[in-house]
Amino acid sequence: MSDLGALFIRAAFIENMPLTLFLGLCTFLALSRRPGTAVGLGIAVIAVMGVTVPLNHLLYTYLLAPGAWAWAGLPDLDLSYLRLLTFIGVVSAAVQLVEMVLDRTFPALFATFGVFLSLLAVHCAILGGSLFMADRSYNLAESTFFGLGAGTGFAVAVILLSAIRRRLAYADMPAGLQGLGIAFILTGMMSLGFATFAQVAVP
Amino acid sequence: MRLWGTLTDPILRQNPVTLQILGICSALAVTTTLAAALTMSAALTAVIVVAAGIISLIRRHLPSSIRLIVQIIIVASLVIVVDQFLQAFFFEMSQRLSVFVSLIATNCVVLGRTESFSLHNPPVPAMTDALGNGLGYSLVLVIIGSVRELFGQGTLLGNEVFHTTEQGGWFEPLSLMLLAPSAFFLLGGLVWAIRSWRVEQVEVSEHALAPAEETRG
Repeated sequence: MSDLGALFIRAAFIENMPLTLFLGLCTFLALSRRPGTAVGLGIAVIAVMGVTVPLNHLLYTYLLAPGAWAWAGLPDLDLSYLRLLTFIGVVSAAVQLVEMVLDRTFPALFATFGVFLSLLAVHCAILGGSLFMADRSYNLAESTFFGLGAGTGFAVAVILLSAIRRRLAYADMPAGLQGLGIAFILTGMMSLGFATFAQVAVP
Repeated sequence: MRLWGTLTDPILRQNPVTLQILGICSALAVTTTLAAALTMSAALTAVIVVAAGIISLIRRHLPSSIRLIVQIIIVASLVIVVDQFLQAFFFEMSQRLSVFVSLIATNCVVLGRTESFSLHNPPVPAMTDALGNGLGYSLVLVIIGSVRELFGQGTLLGNEVFHTTEQGGWFEPLSLMLLAPSAFFLLGGLVWAIRSWRVEQVEVSEHALAPAEETRG
């Protein structure tokens, strides 16, 4: 159990998706102007990653990994080059599904952040999470915790950045830095801050 | 000539990375060395040009309800080809780029261009536009990659440029350049520089200060 906790902390802080691995930066920068949207985006990312990473893990181990078809008499079959297409398909389908379930069960929640869900179909952090899972050959429980942890890390980072940007709204900065420029520099500083987590000794 | 404009516009005036916030994810992760940045640029440019060509050819037969999924599948298939090619011929480099080559599939530059340009234009302009965007993206990657490698290790493409202190020289490598934050700082600076030069790209502040009484200098 403590291993899984460590993996969660690791995925959320030490290997933070946007700040240390540069994944999911497009939405990270584009949707961090207001804290409200950032919270919606963060929750959506946690939900989708928590679902897709374990799902992709099952598909990868039982259908795509080298030797997965041994029971059918095809021990040499290696379909792992198809993992990219599979993962993208699963992510888009899962996003669609989460969208439909939310619409039915929590219409109010859907109204607040439903728009972000469709964006997540091509979100680097979500696809990247699945690819890392396959590269590092996690098992099912580890994949789940890794997915949730990485999603949480993204949510924390995007909410923090939106809060800082909100405070900077009235800052009188050079015209060229306005908007994107200052967002990059802020992200750099946050990334420096998160670099201290690398020193945390995970048991 | 219009084609020339289509090709050169995205390189500076409409740069996909610094103006449209597209495709930054991979732009930063692979720029610790110039060689990696060049490989990534070549891979992305190849994928985007071919994808634009294919999608532009089938644009009249593509129902709009499934166009996104078709585009994603075309792009992802091309990315698999590039990935396998790198693994076969440049194995070390493909290890170093790890998942980032696969992530070209979700690179917003590719989907953004196919969605907004290739779907409405014949193949030749579509591919020209894609090439322009690929080059614009490459330009940013190469600039950041060279700065990070030069100041982080004192080398360019593995050749020594600055004589480092480890080998009895004078240059102390800045190890920060090899870490994540420096990429953000460099890109922020680059955006600032481009926008100071091309003033029309400056974003209008949502909360502009009321103009002061006397005009500021």
